[in-house]
Amino acid sequence: MALRQCAIYGKGGIGKSTTTQNLVAALAEMGKKVMIVGCDPKADSTRLILHAKAQNSIMQMAADAGSVEDLELEDVLKVGYGDVKCVESGGPEPGVGCAGRGVITAINFLEEEGAYTDDLDFVFYDVLGDVVCGGFAMPIRENKAQEIYIVCSGEMMAMYAANNIAKGIVKYANSGSVRLAGLICNSRQTAREDELIMELAKQMGTTMIHFVPRDNVVQRAEIRRMTVIEYEPTAKQADEYRALAQKIFHNKNLVIPTPITMDQLEDLLMNFGIMEAEDESVIGKKAIEA
Amino acid sequence: MAAMTREETEALIQEVLEIYPEKSRKDRAKHLAINDQSLEKSNKCITSNRKSLPGVMTIRGCAYAGSKGVVWGPIKDMIHISHGPVGCGQYSRAGRRNYYVGTTGVNTFGTMNFTSDFTEKDIVFGGDKKLAKLIDEIEVLFPLNKGISVQSECPIGLIGDDIEAVSKQKTKEHGKTIVPVRCEGFRGVSQSLGHHIANDAIRDWVLDKRDGDDSFPTTPYDVAVIGDYNIGGDAWASRTLLEEMGLRVVAQWSGDGTIAEIENTPKVKLNLIHCYRSMNYIARHMEEKYSIPWIEYNFFGPTKIAESLRRIASYFDETIKEGAERVIARYESEYNAVIAKYKPRLEGKRVMLYIGGLRPRHVIGAYEDLGMEVVGTGYEFGHNDDYDRTIKEMGNATLLYDDVTGYEFEEFVKKVQPDLVGSGVKEKYIFQKMGVPFRQMHSWDYSGPYHGYDGFAIFARDMDMTINNPCWKNIKAPWKTETTSAEPEKAVA
Repeated sequence: MALRQCAIYGKGGIGKSTTTQNLVAALAEMGKKVMIVGCDPKADSTRLILHAKAQNSIMQMAADAGSVEDLELEDVLKVGYGDVKCVESGGPEPGVGCAGRGVITAINFLEEEGAYTDDLDFVFYDVLGDVVCGGFAMPIRENKAQEIYIVCSGEMMAMYAANNIAKGIVKYANSGSVRLAGLICNSRQTAREDELIMELAKQMGTTMIHFVPRDNVVQRAEIRRMTVIEYEPTAKQADEYRALAQKIFHNKNLVIPTPITMDQLEDLLMNFGIMEAEDESVIGKKAIEA
Repeated sequence: MAAMTREETEALIQEVLEIYPEKSRKDRAKHLAINDQSLEKSNKCITSNRKSLPGVMTIRGCAYAGSKGVVWGPIKDMIHISHGPVGCGQYSRAGRRNYYVGTTGVNTFGTMNFTSDFTEKDIVFGGDKKLAKLIDEIEVLFPLNKGISVQSECPIGLIGDDIEAVSKQKTKEHGKTIVPVRCEGFRGVSQSLGHHIANDAIRDWVLDKRDGDDSFPTTPYDVAVIGDYNIGGDAWASRTLLEEMGLRVVAQWSGDGTIAEIENTPKVKLNLIHCYRSMNYIARHMEEKYSIPWIEYNFFGPTKIAESLRRIASYFDETIKEGAERVIARYESEYNAVIAKYKPRLEGKRVMLYIGGLRPRHVIGAYEDLGMEVVGTGYEFGHNDDYDRTIKEMGNATLLYDDVTGYEFEEFVKKVQPDLVGSGVKEKYIFQKMGVPFRQMHSWDYSGPYHGYDGFAIFARDMDMTINNPCWKNIKAPWKTETTSAEPEKAVA
């Protein structure tokens, strides 16, 4: 099987890292060889696989060693549950430096050092919140991830972010081979959430690949720095992640997305009763006035 | 070749513009003009200070070049950190030949390169800690420095480093002036914005340091020389004239200058501006805040020198006015001897210039003193107030070209066939290979000074030895006779 490279995007705090690691654990359980590349300066994309607080990141170790050229692959690549290979790009603390450049440098390093070995079936890039600059688009540039999964929920801002990310994908899709592969709904238990996301996915030209219900076992596993797959393999939630893994494994529905307009998004939310019809007369009025 | 008529010049501009695509042609047409002395304002004929076109060979620099290379760099007792990757500092090191007195590496630092030498990790993690460490190291290694400036290279602005916070913190710790300068190269359309940013940084971080401190004894004859970078010793050749006429030069900005001189400048009676383009901002600020008048002067060639000395003297009492006349009279036999020697060799020679700052108009008088004529001139990074000042200096129907492209400049020279081209080092070898005598007029081709009466003698000698150099007669290969060279090129190589 040829290497498939997938990137996971989505609004901050939506559960990208948790979903990615559970999904990867399920793929590993299926016997697939997987590598996770964390592309977030927080460097928390691999802790459930490695049972570690935070993995030593490429950029931090490069800074300590002097330059990235002084690093060896084995310094930064760790192997965790199910032989999953883990690396974190890392980056600066909030408010300084350029995290985007960190992602670019880290991925270039992995390529040059031959981290993308032939035995790998999947590489997953777990990317911070939004495609804020060129650096965070690095995973979807030419010869990198070709499948993008967007994690979202039925909350308005999560859908808004998903749509924005789709806009970013269009830009790179037109010049390269990157495609939107589906929305993963990580449930927040909002009303008619599954239908809403299915409709959003349809309008964006893709599908909701799986609906991951909310289950506290995920949090219990996280406290022990484990995936549900490993912590409680018989849990119902573990089967949900296995189902997601199966669907992604068999997924052939790769599209250039058709992001919707703000008006279309609002109409959608209104149809599902999440947003009330806009009352033009109250816009710009303070609470005390009306 | 005889002087061109207005129609011929117009036809030449149209011919040169022809090669451009329509959009570029429209843009470039606004930057090329035929001089008309009757115009009061240059915006009637020429556009300037606009973004260069992509794809053309522009001769411009960047904001960092304007700040570090021009304004701040020559302040000799400060250390100027090129903050960012190593190249900007290293390739601009000592290039402008700003002469100074002092022991380099001990109490002066003009020709040295200090850089934070950014690498990947500094970009990713930010460079503020490194900057702080660098400043501490400077204080240990070069304790006689009188201050530090932080000259931002492009990445500093991109990654949002807080150099102001570091500068304030270190100023407190070391008790010395430390100036953050936001002169990232991508800002603005040329080095011109860098000059402005540098002026503003001087205004905000240095100039008011001695406000309310009257310990510096002043005289009624105190002046500051502003915008002379002492290239090849220019400021020294100027300063002597001012001192001989009875003025006291309190400060030189910034050639052979010190931070103390800059701090004392608000105490002078008159600011004398040589390079208007790069330092008019600070002169205007001092006029506004300290009520110090300022005038422009021109110390190229005896005619302009005499005019300028008298104009400067008009701001002072009779002793200075007499002093000006005394100076002019004293040097008269000297400069007349220079003219007597070189004018017969240079009379009627035609010059095309393309330079920066003040020179495209200021050197015209010096050429005219030698009987030469400037038939084309232009500014790399001038604004319309520069062209306003140029219209009267240039003859009617001469060429004006703003931010000229490599292609345009070559074509103009081919058609106008001047006897001398004066421009920068990038242009030098192209024109020399075309067989056109060339002087590098940014740093005087490693010669100078050219300012003042002393400078005029050197200027005249240099122009003569370039134009009348026997090498130009040997440009043509000896086996090519007149007839064969006129034939179409054959593949001989």
